[in-house]
Amino acid sequence: MLAWTIYSSFIGAALLMVLPRQHASLPRIVALVTAVLGLCLAFGGAIHMGSGELRTIVRVPWVSALGIDYHLGADGISLTLVVLTGLAAVAGILFSWNIATRPHEFFALYLALIGGVYGVFLSLDLFLLFVFYEIAIIPKYFLIAIWGSTRREYGAMKLALYSFAGSAMVLIGLIAAYVAAGSSTMNLMDLSAANFSRGFQMWAFPVVFIGFGVLAGLWPFHTWAPTGHVAAPTAASMLLAGVVMKLGAYGCLRVAMVLFPEGMDVWGIKILWIGSWRDVFGLLAVIGIVYGAMVALVQKDLKFVIGYSSVSHMGFVLLGLMTLNRVGLSGAVLQMFSHGVIAGLLFAVVGRMVYDRTHTRLLPELQQLHLNRTMPFAAVTFTLASMASMGLPGFSGFVAELQVLIGAWRAFPTLAVMTGIGILLGVAYSIRALHQAFFPDQVKTAAPAGPEDPVGNPISVSERFGVWLLIAASLLIGLFPGLLLQWIVPALQGPMFEALKKGGNW
Amino acid sequence: MSSIDYLRLLQLAAPETFLTLTGLMVLAVDLIVGRGSAPGTRIILSGSVAATGCLLAAGGLFLLPVYGTFAAGMLVADPLTVLIKVSLVILTLFTVLLAFSDAAPLADPGEYFALLLFACVGMMFLTSAEDLLMVFLALEFTSLSLYILAAFNKQSPHSTEAGIKYFLFGSISAAFMLFGLSLVYGVTGSVQLPEVAAGLARAGNDPLALVALVMIAMGFGFKVAAVPFHLWAPDVYQGAPIPSAALIASGSKVASFFVFAKVVVIGFGGAPAAVGSGAAPVWVILLGIMAAVSMILGNLAALVQVSVRRLLAFSAIAHAGYMLLGILAGTEGFGPLVYYVITYGLATVGAFGVVSIVQARTGSDRLCDFAGFHRRFPVLAFCMLIFMLSLAGIPPLAGFFGKFYVFAAAVKAGSLALFILALATSTVSLFYYLQVLKQIYVGETADASHWEPVPITVSVALLAMAFGVTLLGCFPDLLLNRITIALRITGF
Amino acid sequence: MNGFPILSLLTLVPLVGGLILLGLHSRQHQLARRLALAFSGVSLLGVLLLCGWFDTGTESMQFEERYGWIDALAVDYRLGIDGLGLLMVLLTGIVVPMALAAAGPVPDRGPAYFGLVLLLQSGLFGTFTALNFFHWFIFWELSLIPAFFLIKLWGGPQRSAAAIQFFVYTMVGSIGLLLAFLAIYLAVGTFDFMEIAERARQGTLIPALSASVGWYDLTTRQLGFVIFAAAFLGFAVKVPLVPLHTWLPAAYSEAPTATTMLLTGLMSKMGVYGFIRIVLPIFPEALRWVSVPLLWLAVITVVVSAAAALAQRDLKRMLAYSSINHLGYCLLGLFAITSGAAGELVAVEKSAALSGVFLQMFNHGLTAAALFWFVALIEKRSGGLRGLGDFGGLRTRAPVLCGLMGIALFSSLGLPGLNGFVGEFLIFKGVFGLTPWAATLSTLGLLLTAVFILTMIQRVFFGPVNPAWSGFSELTVGERWQVAPVIGLMFLIGIYPQAILGFTNRTVVTMIKAVGY
Repeated sequence: MLAWTIYSSFIGAALLMVLPRQHASLPRIVALVTAVLGLCLAFGGAIHMGSGELRTIVRVPWVSALGIDYHLGADGISLTLVVLTGLAAVAGILFSWNIATRPHEFFALYLALIGGVYGVFLSLDLFLLFVFYEIAIIPKYFLIAIWGSTRREYGAMKLALYSFAGSAMVLIGLIAAYVAAGSSTMNLMDLSAANFSRGFQMWAFPVVFIGFGVLAGLWPFHTWAPTGHVAAPTAASMLLAGVVMKLGAYGCLRVAMVLFPEGMDVWGIKILWIGSWRDVFGLLAVIGIVYGAMVALVQKDLKFVIGYSSVSHMGFVLLGLMTLNRVGLSGAVLQMFSHGVIAGLLFAVVGRMVYDRTHTRLLPELQQLHLNRTMPFAAVTFTLASMASMGLPGFSGFVAELQVLIGAWRAFPTLAVMTGIGILLGVAYSIRALHQAFFPDQVKTAAPAGPEDPVGNPISVSERFGVWLLIAASLLIGLFPGLLLQWIVPALQGPMFEALKKGGNW
Repeated sequence: MSSIDYLRLLQLAAPETFLTLTGLMVLAVDLIVGRGSAPGTRIILSGSVAATGCLLAAGGLFLLPVYGTFAAGMLVADPLTVLIKVSLVILTLFTVLLAFSDAAPLADPGEYFALLLFACVGMMFLTSAEDLLMVFLALEFTSLSLYILAAFNKQSPHSTEAGIKYFLFGSISAAFMLFGLSLVYGVTGSVQLPEVAAGLARAGNDPLALVALVMIAMGFGFKVAAVPFHLWAPDVYQGAPIPSAALIASGSKVASFFVFAKVVVIGFGGAPAAVGSGAAPVWVILLGIMAAVSMILGNLAALVQVSVRRLLAFSAIAHAGYMLLGILAGTEGFGPLVYYVITYGLATVGAFGVVSIVQARTGSDRLCDFAGFHRRFPVLAFCMLIFMLSLAGIPPLAGFFGKFYVFAAAVKAGSLALFILALATSTVSLFYYLQVLKQIYVGETADASHWEPVPITVSVALLAMAFGVTLLGCFPDLLLNRITIALRITGF
Repeated sequence: MNGFPILSLLTLVPLVGGLILLGLHSRQHQLARRLALAFSGVSLLGVLLLCGWFDTGTESMQFEERYGWIDALAVDYRLGIDGLGLLMVLLTGIVVPMALAAAGPVPDRGPAYFGLVLLLQSGLFGTFTALNFFHWFIFWELSLIPAFFLIKLWGGPQRSAAAIQFFVYTMVGSIGLLLAFLAIYLAVGTFDFMEIAERARQGTLIPALSASVGWYDLTTRQLGFVIFAAAFLGFAVKVPLVPLHTWLPAAYSEAPTATTMLLTGLMSKMGVYGFIRIVLPIFPEALRWVSVPLLWLAVITVVVSAAAALAQRDLKRMLAYSSINHLGYCLLGLFAITSGAAGELVAVEKSAALSGVFLQMFNHGLTAAALFWFVALIEKRSGGLRGLGDFGGLRTRAPVLCGLMGIALFSSLGLPGLNGFVGEFLIFKGVFGLTPWAATLSTLGLLLTAVFILTMIQRVFFGPVNPAWSGFSELTVGERWQVAPVIGLMFLIGIYPQAILGFTNRTVVTMIKAVGY
C-alpha cells in the first residue's frame, strides 16, 4: 500500500500533464485528490505496517547486471516521514488554491516532487534512493523559477546547483562503497554489513554526510535555504522546508551513518576539543542553530526570518543525529516531522495569507498594516505557529527538541548549553517577527500606507482547512508524541542501527 | 592468405551493402522522380527512401544477425559490433527524419540523404574493423562524407567555414594517425590488433611505440573532440546543417569511441606492463590528462555560451571527457562506455532536433530564441527537457545511468581522482543545461508571431528518442543485458 | 489513585472556556465577559469542593491521577496536590474572578481578552497540580503566552517593550530550567518530581548526574551546583529575586490593571511555588551551600524594593515594587530554612517560617490583587491617571472607596488583625530563630514599607482636594458587592489564620522532614 504513495503521485502528475487546459479549477482538484489519496495511503500503509520494524514492500531485480534491485521498504522512520510528506502535500495544495498561471504544470511538478520524496523515504536500495533523490531536484527548480517571487531565478538556480553538488558528493560515496563492497549490490542492508575498512569509512562518511547535509541545511552549506525559501511560491517553500530538507537529514541518517558508522570514531588526535567527525558535525549543527537564529533576528523580510529559522531548526535534527544515542536520534526524527509541519504553517501564513494579499513581506511595511486587526486569522495562526516554532511545550517542536537536548547532554554537554542559547534566540526572533509583522504598536500615521484594503479577499476555506490540519498535527504530536515514537523507537532498535549502538553511548 | 570468399564477405557486409545501395537509390529517385518537383516534395521523397532503407537495415541487423570474421580482422561481425551497428543505423535514421524539417539549406536533398547513408556505412565499417589499415580507411571514408555534410549548405558562409575547418583539422589528425599506425606497424610488424598487442608487449619500452601511441591518441582525440583536439567542434556544431551536426555529434562519436576503445583495450591492452615501468602506463596518463582537461574546459566553456549549438558542442567535449574515463577503465569500462555513448548519441540527436525546429523558425539558435518555446510546442519542450536532463545526468533518464555505470567502472579501475573531478564538473554542467530549460519554460517573450507547425516525422522522431532515453534510463537492463551478453560472447 | 479526575477537570474547564471565547466574534464582548465569569465561577466552585474534600490529616498527595503518557520517554501524566498545591489552586480560583470583575467590559476585542485570561487560569491550575516535569513545563509556558498577549495588546503606551522584556526574561529562566531538567532526566530516567526528590533524598541524584553528564572536569559537586544554578535561575526570574527583577515594574505598570492583578497575584507565585515544590526537595545540598549569599539576596530584595517603591510617583509602579518586597519575605523565609543546622531544636522555627511563607503567598496574592483592583477603580474614575501627585483628598469625595482601599493597604503593611500580619509574623518568627542577622536587616524593609504606604495614603486620600476631582464618584453598589468578599476574606484570615494553615500544617511538617532539615 505504501508503494502506491509513490505511484499515485506520479500518476497524478502525468494525468495533470495531459488534462485539457481549459478548466482552471480542474488541476487543483485533481492534485488535491491525489495528495489526499497519498496521505490516506500513507496512513493506511503505516497502520498496516503496525510496528516500526524494517519491512520490505517490493523487491524485484532491476538492473541485474549491476546487482541493483527495485527495493522498497519501510521502517518507523520512513513511516514518520511518509506521513509527514502526505500532510505537507495536502496542506501545500490547500495553500496553492489560488494559483492562476499555468496551474496544470504547477501541480504536475508539485506532485512529481512529492512522488520523488515518497520514493526516497521508501527506498532500501541505494541506487533507487539516489534516483528518487535526484528526481526531486528538477521540479523544485521549475516551481521556484516559474512561480516564485523575489529573485526567483537566482534562488532556483542556487538551490538546484547546491542540491546537485550535494548529490554529487553523495554519489562519490555511494559509488565508492559500491565498488569497495565488490560491485555486486546496492542494497542498503547488504552494504551496511560490508565491513568497509576504517580508513575508507573515515573519508567516505564526511563526504556523504556533507552531501546530504547540504540539503538538510548543514551550516555552512545552508546558504541555498534562505534564498530558495524566499524565492519559492508558498507551496514550494512549504515543501522545501517541510520535506525536502528532511530528505537531506534522512539521507544523513539512513545512508551516511548506517553505511559508515566507523566514520564517526575518534581520530586519535584532538584539534581544539574536536576529536572526530562526530564532534565536527555536532559543532556545525549547533553553529547552525545559533547562527540561523541570530541572522533571523535581524532580517527585514519576514520570509527570510522563517528561512533562517529553518536552518536553525534543522540544526537540531543534525545535532540529534550526532548524539548517537537513542533519545537523540528519535528526537532528531521527531524534529524532522515537527519542523516539517511548523515550517509549513509559517510559510503558509507569510506566503499565502499575507504576501498574496498585501504584496509585501517587509516588516517595516507590514507594521503599517495592523494585520492583527485586518487579518486576525492570520495573526492567530502565526502566533500559534511561532509558539510551536520557538519550542513551547504542547507543540511537537518541544518534545523533539527536548529529546535532542537530552541526547546532547549526554554526548556534548557544552553544545547542549550553546543550544540553549540558540533556543533563546529562537524565542527572540519569533517574538520580534510576531511583534513587527502582526502586533505593531499603534503607529501615528492613521491611514495605512499600503494598499487601501489589505484584506481584499477574506481568508478562504481551503486556507482554514490547511491551517487546522497542520496545527492539529503539531498539537497532536506535541501532546501525544508516543504516536510517532512507537514507530521510531523500534526502528532505531532494529538491526540496521546495530553498528551505531557500538558507539557506546546508545 | 587464401583466396577471398566474396560470398562470405557479402554475407557479413550485407547491411553495409544494403545501405550503400539505398544511398544510390536515393540519388536515383531524386534524379528521376524528384527533378522538377518542389523542394519539399523532393525532401519527402528521397528522405522516405533513406528512412525506409535505414529501418530495413536496422531490422535486418537486429533480427537476422550474421556473425563471423573476415580476412583476419578486416571485417568482424560479432554480437557487440552488430549492437553498435544497430544503434548507428538507428541514430542515422533519426538524423534522416530530422532533416525533414530543415527545409531551407537542402538544395539537393538526394545527395544529402545519400551522404548521410554513406557516412553511416563508413561508421559501420569502422565498427567492424580490427585491422589498423581498415580502421584508417573506414575512418577516412566516414570523414569525407562528414566533411561534405558539414559544408553542405552552400548559401551559408558558416556552413562552408565549418566544412573547411573540419576538413583541415581532420586531415591533419588523419596524417598524425597514419603516421602513428605506420610506426605501430614498424614496431610490431602487424596491423591486426591482437598481433599488435602481442608485438607491443614484446617491444617493451620502445620509444617508437610510445610515439606511435601518442600519435594514434591524437588522431582519435580529434575524432571524439577531446581537449586539446577539440577546436573544430564548436564551429562545426554551430555552422554545419543541423542534421550533419547531429550525426557528427552522435553517430560519428559512437563509432569513433568504440574503435578507440577497441584499439586501446585490445591493442594497447598488452602495453601496460611494457610501457609503464611500475607507474601507470603512459597512455593511461595521457588519456587521463585528456579526460580531465576535456571535462574541465568543456563544462566551463559551455557556461558562457549564448548559442545553444555551441553549448551542445562544449557539452559534447565534456562528455568526451567522461567517456574517456570509460576507456581508461580498460575492459571493465567497455560495457559502460558502449552504454554511455549510445544513450548520449540518442539524447544529442534529440537536442539537435529541437534546436533545428527553433532555428528554422527564428533563424538563429541563441538561448533567448527558446523563450516561450513551451507555449508553442509543449510536447516538444518536454522532449527537450528529457534530452537536456539526460545529458546532465539526472535520473531516471539514460544519461544518469550511463554516468553511474562509467563512473563505477572508473572507480573500480582505480581512477578515483578523475572520478571525483568528473562528478564535480558534472555539477557545473547542470547550470548550462538548466539555462536552456529556463528559457524554454520560464522565459517569456513578447514575440507572439505564429510558428509553422512541426512536420510529423520530426515530432515522431523526437518523441521516439525521448521515449528511448526515458526507457533506457528506467530499464537499463534492456540495453545493458545485450551489452553484457555481447561482451561475454566476444570475450571481453 | 485515578479516582474522579477532578484536577484534570479543573484545568480543563477554563481551557475549554478560553478556547470558546477566542472563537467568539469580537463584537460579542458582553457575552464574552459573562461567559468568562461563568467559567471562572465554575472553577471557583470546583476549587471550593476540592477544599471540602481535602483531607487535612494526610501528608501524601491527594486527588492523585497517574496515566502512562509517553512510554518512550517514561513520561507519566501525574497530577496531585498537597496543602501547598491546594492553597495555590484556591488562590487561583479566587483571584481570577476578581481580575475578570475588575476588567469590566472590554470593548476592544473583548472575547480575546477574556479568553486569554481563562487560558492563563488553566495554565496556572496545571502548573500547581502537575507532578511531572514534562507537563508541568507545558503549563508553565502555557501561562506565559496569554500573559504576554494580555500585556502586548491591551497594555499602556510602552506595552510592547514591557511585554517582550517580560517574555524574554522568563524564557531565559525557562531554558535554564529545561536544560537542568534534561540533565536530571538523563541521570535518573524520569521526569517525575516525587521520584527525583526521592533520589535526591537518598543522595544518589548528584552522583548519577555526574555519571551521565561528563562535562569537562567538573567534580560531582560542581556539576550538581551548575545544574542547580540553571534550575534556580528559572524560578528566580519569575518571583523575582533582585537583581533579576528589572522586567517586573515595566510589565506590571504597562499591563492593563486587571491583568496586573493576575501577574502579581498568581504568576509571581509560580516562582515561589517552584522553589518550594522543586528546588527545595531536589537540590537541598546545593541550596545549603549557597544559603548565605541567597539570604543576602533576599534581604537586598526586601530592602531595595521597598526603598524603590518609596521613590515611585506612579501608583502601579509603587505597588509593583511593593510586590517584589512582599515576595522577598517569602524567599527570606525559604532560604532561612535551608541555612540553619538540622535538628529538633530548630524544627519549630523552620515550620513557622515555612508556614509563614505559605500564608504570605496566599495573602500577598489576595492583597496585591485587591490593591491593583482599587487602582483600576481609581483609574476608571480618573480617566487613566494614576500618578501619586495627581490626586489628593479623595477621601472626602469617595469615602467608601478610600476606606476599603485603606484596609487593603493596611493589610499589605502588615497591620495585626488583617491577613498580611500573620504571614509576615510567622516568617520573621522563624527567621529570627534561624538567622537573626537576616531578620534584623529585613526589618528595615518593613519600616520602609510602612513609610511608602502611609505616604500613599496621605497623598492620595488626604490633603486638600484637587479641584480636578471634585466630580470623583463613589463606588457603585455593584462594585461594593464585588469588593466586599475580598475584604471580608482579609479579615477572616487575619483573625482566623487557621482557615488557611489548617490545610498546610501536615504539608509543612512533611516537607521539613523530607528535606532533612
